[in-house]
Amino acid sequence: MIRALRIIASNPLSLMGLILVLTILATAVFAPWIAPFPTHNSAVIDFAFANQGPTARNWMGTDLVGRDIFSRILYAYRISLTLGVVVLIIATPVGTIVGLLAGYLGGWTESVLMRVVDVFLSVPPLVLAIAVLGVLEPTLTNAMIAVTVMWWPWYARLVYSIARSEREEGYVLAAEVIGAPTAHIAFREILPNCLPAIITKMTLDMGFVIIIASSLSFLGLGVQPPTADLGSMVAEGARYLPDSWWMTVFPGMAILLAVFGFNLLGDGLREVLGVEE
Amino acid sequence: MSSVLRILLRRLGISVIVLIGVSMLIFAIARIIPGDPARIALGPNATAEQVAAIRAEMHLDEPIVAQYGYFVADLMRGDLGDSLYTNRPVVTDIVEFLPATLELVIVAGIMMVSFGLPLGILAARHRGRWPDHVVRILTLLTVSAPSFVWAVILMLLFAFYLPLFPVAGRLDDAYDIARVTGFLTVDTLIARDLRAFLDALHHLVLPAVALALSGIGQAARLTRANMVETYDKPYIEMAQAYGFSPSRIARRYAFKPSLIPSLTIIGLDFAAMLGNAFLVEAVFAWPGLSRYGVAVILRKDLNAIMGTVLVIALTFLVVNIIVDLMIAFLNPRIRHSTRGAS
Repeated sequence: MIRALRIIASNPLSLMGLILVLTILATAVFAPWIAPFPTHNSAVIDFAFANQGPTARNWMGTDLVGRDIFSRILYAYRISLTLGVVVLIIATPVGTIVGLLAGYLGGWTESVLMRVVDVFLSVPPLVLAIAVLGVLEPTLTNAMIAVTVMWWPWYARLVYSIARSEREEGYVLAAEVIGAPTAHIAFREILPNCLPAIITKMTLDMGFVIIIASSLSFLGLGVQPPTADLGSMVAEGARYLPDSWWMTVFPGMAILLAVFGFNLLGDGLREVLGVEE
Repeated sequence: MSSVLRILLRRLGISVIVLIGVSMLIFAIARIIPGDPARIALGPNATAEQVAAIRAEMHLDEPIVAQYGYFVADLMRGDLGDSLYTNRPVVTDIVEFLPATLELVIVAGIMMVSFGLPLGILAARHRGRWPDHVVRILTLLTVSAPSFVWAVILMLLFAFYLPLFPVAGRLDDAYDIARVTGFLTVDTLIARDLRAFLDALHHLVLPAVALALSGIGQAARLTRANMVETYDKPYIEMAQAYGFSPSRIARRYAFKPSLIPSLTIIGLDFAAMLGNAFLVEAVFAWPGLSRYGVAVILRKDLNAIMGTVLVIALTFLVVNIIVDLMIAFLNPRIRHSTRGAS
């Protein structure tokens, strides 16, 4: 662990990623204390300061009803990060188990499971999530469900490809010869060898889940107003371009910064853990 | 039988299975809708008799398997039902809106390949040195923001601050081009109107770049990673020993074998653009499938939602088959084998 941290810290880009991720996590957790206007995450109206560019009072300007953009971005990070964590906590084990079973057992199980995975992978991810949200009500919970539904097959495919090549390895054959149960071989022998790839993918995916979730709310299919979300803030501000540029540029940059941080960190982890692209 | 043909047939077989699966998935999504579809179709003021009549027409009182049967039977006849939003057959709507989206995605796909691959080659040739680092940071940045953020930034910079490109739409109102294919770049050429053709291209630039940016980054990163691996192979050392120039080694010996593994992912990225087109079209008021898709979703227009998803999935499958065929053609082991080892 300490060795891993040292390797990450030795690469300036990975270190930057780590610092970015930690900073964003901290601002999200401590948003109620850091935000200059903690009440602005709701239907507050302050017309005296409405539609203003960046000032000393409002570093990133205000929206049409006078809410502080900077405060709203901090609160929006909470939603994005929660969504990312929940989606990955559900999607990763589901995909991993499906991939392990298909990759290790092979034969009939492999054909059926991987065809199901193929079906999910043959609809563009965003479109699948849009379809699920199209029939459900657009809420945060349903957005999580929609993104999870489209996310697990990617883990299934990743773990499947590793498990399939590992099943011919000597240590698996040895375990089979001494009569180890199937579950033991799959979860105690093969799974540990998939973990580096899974952990790297989870780090990178935090960024991609944030992208997909903000895309959904950009289309009006995610978190509903007045709760702040990065995607819906960009969508709202885009109607007032170019004059009120701060309404879109700052939330857009907030997405870029967060995803960039997770990507840099994920890239660094890839090197530390020796995972191929 | 040639091996390429054999691969095509096998690919088509798998695609049919996947397509059946997709139809089940879409059917299942349509059934999780809360509330009574008949009631949603008719609105809150419908009488009980009207609802019962529509339920019978939509086969809602029959077993779920039978309902799926009707759904597939309609699909086979190319009937996706009527849209509640436009009061027209969904197929008519899709035929009207799909070409604009496809045109955008195809242009973005061309950009992805023609900028992404050279950038990846550049980074791999100078791996570990500054061009590699610059490309790494640039490509990481492009994949770190959703396409709607790039769309907004590009629009602000190159349509408002520097008014180089139009803000919205596909063609200036001054041109009246007869619709033949729905692809404006093609229709303007059919109409032999060069200025309209250039205007259509002009309108395509910003949305296509916004859509392509993350794909360019992905393609470059992937090409670099695969090429760096190839550079460790003995035949590269051999080529260096022969005294071939670095650029010749990069293009002929390191790039070519790296292209094959990259192509699969590039195909996936291309398909992902069909989804991201939803976001870019919203920013640039592009009259494609997305505007229709968002409108029907907000109205819970089931037939139209399912039709849109199905058509996109179908396009996705076709793209993947084309990519597999390209790989088969590019891979000499498949192209030259007579026994069709795949």
